[in-house]
Amino acid sequence: MQWLNAVIQGILLGGLYALLAAGLSLMFGVMRIVNLAHGVLAIVAAYIGFVFVNNLGVPWYLAIIIVIPIMAVVGYALQWGLFNRALTKGGLAPLLVAFGLAVVLTQLLQEIFTADNRRIDTGTLATDSIQVTDTIYLGLLPVMTFVVAVLVIAGLQLFLNHTPLGRAMRAASDDPDTVKLMGIDNRQVYALSTALALATVGLAGLFIGMKTQFSPTYGDLVLIFAFEAVIIGGLGSLWGTLAGGMVLGIAQAVGAQINPSYGLLIGNLVFLAILAFRPQGLFPKAVTT
Amino acid sequence: MSIATGENAPTGVKVKRATRSSWAGLVVLVPILVFLAMAPYVLDRGLQQQLVTLFALIVMATMWNLLAGYGGMVSVGQQAYIGIGAYGLIYLAETLGINPFISVPIAIVIAGLISIPISFLAFRLVGGYFAIGTWVIAEVVKQITMQIDALGAGSGLSLTVLNELSPGRRIAYVYWLGLIAVVLAVGVTYFIMRSRLGLGFTAIRDDATAASSLGVRVTRSRRIVFVVSAVGCALAGAVIAMNTLRITPESIYSVNLAAFMIFMVIIGGLGTIEGPIVGAIVFFALQQWLSELGTWYLVIIGVLAIVITLFLPRGIWGLISGNGKIRLFPVGYRVVSPWTARRGLGEKEPEGA
Repeated sequence: MQWLNAVIQGILLGGLYALLAAGLSLMFGVMRIVNLAHGVLAIVAAYIGFVFVNNLGVPWYLAIIIVIPIMAVVGYALQWGLFNRALTKGGLAPLLVAFGLAVVLTQLLQEIFTADNRRIDTGTLATDSIQVTDTIYLGLLPVMTFVVAVLVIAGLQLFLNHTPLGRAMRAASDDPDTVKLMGIDNRQVYALSTALALATVGLAGLFIGMKTQFSPTYGDLVLIFAFEAVIIGGLGSLWGTLAGGMVLGIAQAVGAQINPSYGLLIGNLVFLAILAFRPQGLFPKAVTT
Repeated sequence: MSIATGENAPTGVKVKRATRSSWAGLVVLVPILVFLAMAPYVLDRGLQQQLVTLFALIVMATMWNLLAGYGGMVSVGQQAYIGIGAYGLIYLAETLGINPFISVPIAIVIAGLISIPISFLAFRLVGGYFAIGTWVIAEVVKQITMQIDALGAGSGLSLTVLNELSPGRRIAYVYWLGLIAVVLAVGVTYFIMRSRLGLGFTAIRDDATAASSLGVRVTRSRRIVFVVSAVGCALAGAVIAMNTLRITPESIYSVNLAAFMIFMVIIGGLGTIEGPIVGAIVFFALQQWLSELGTWYLVIIGVLAIVITLFLPRGIWGLISGNGKIRLFPVGYRVVSPWTARRGLGEKEPEGA
């Protein structure tokens, strides 16, 4: 029964990983930037949430409503201030700038908040659970995270497929030069994409901060989990990423059930096995670019 | 790939490699090397140990540049090999009782062998995903190390056998090892870039598809530098372990080491041999100068690296050398036609050589 429990916890965890990965995929999809600062930006959001909830006494649900637009503005500013410039330099510049940003933000968090572990205070939410059978309990927070993650991914998919801005993002991804000819400023499209990506990663970061202890360097793990979910699921498909996140979550939860120190290692080994034997991922998009 | 030289070249056209500046560079470099080799007789021990730290940084930067600057592969996981080199050396010397200075070449060969299967995994990914993939692999290497009790699990290992030497001798020997590591790293990079392989890389960098159609074996070339870079990073790791005498998994596999490598190369200048050396010296100086600021030094260096990427993509060496006019290590090709030679215009180089 404890194994079934581990699998269920893993599936719920997968929703969070997919939510983290959605922003990473979006930025890569639209402008071919692999944002190495993605993980630490989630942790930045967690710290902002921490300040609002633990220091200022704002309820956690209000903090979510405050932090998401803050992160969107941060994303918009980062794109205009850094990434759009880096894109014009071409070559390795966007990747190197993103890496530099990741290191700088991690060190700044270290400097401001120290390396101590923190957690966003959600009162009883963190411990409340729903009893399914005699031995299986579902934590309220993980279930809520999972449901929100699935809704956000579905919303993102609808947004990209059915709105003018979503179309512009896909068009900018396919052919930035032609998009310019159509009278669309692709830099503005990029900035809005990054704003959207950081809104989702901000939400994910808040869930992380409520669920677990975090410290400035936790962003490294977050980036790695998001990336592994993307690769396991297969590039280019948000639903594939959700499945990839679940596979990773199950591997980690089952690994931790075997031995608490094996969780991360087994998750990483499953990722490497997929890379070795099924590099296109489990659910690759039918048409690859 | 062949370059027109000698008899098959058009009449009167010659290809030169060394420039006046590279001969001048040789005149400067040789005395510096001789001085550095004599340093244990002149400098005090603390200074020697600091120089060994600088040597390890130069080796790391040179190896990262070989991957990214020439091979176009941004790795955030070279700390895996730094750790393997350091752990390998201490394990061979302490547990198996092999002379530590003989353990170093064995340990770095082991690191090179391990990097071959890893390359097959990592090469499934390209660009930014390659970067994160190498990072994951480095994490896995760290996590596996921490599961092995013979390697000290989570607490690390100490190198005690060197204490059989007197401190003066020990520090001098490690110093010379570090200096040899620098000469080897820079020398091997120079040799690779002057060889057919290096010419292939120049072609790959400009257009991988076109290079491939001309017979450059892109994946094989990349794999060679991936393995060479792993061996070089392992050498840096062995030097670090010899210098500090104690390693922990958290420090020797730290992703901060990847950050150091990347920042040094960006600051010095990507894709040149001189750049990483200059970058390592600047980084080392900043580290010493800003050491009182705690972790702020990495913030300052990180911001500097971002600014340089955006506004000075050829780095400090690009600035000093006038975007490549001065070359201490001539790896390019220069076509000298009799007409330009007569007019004294022979110093022009083909773009991107």
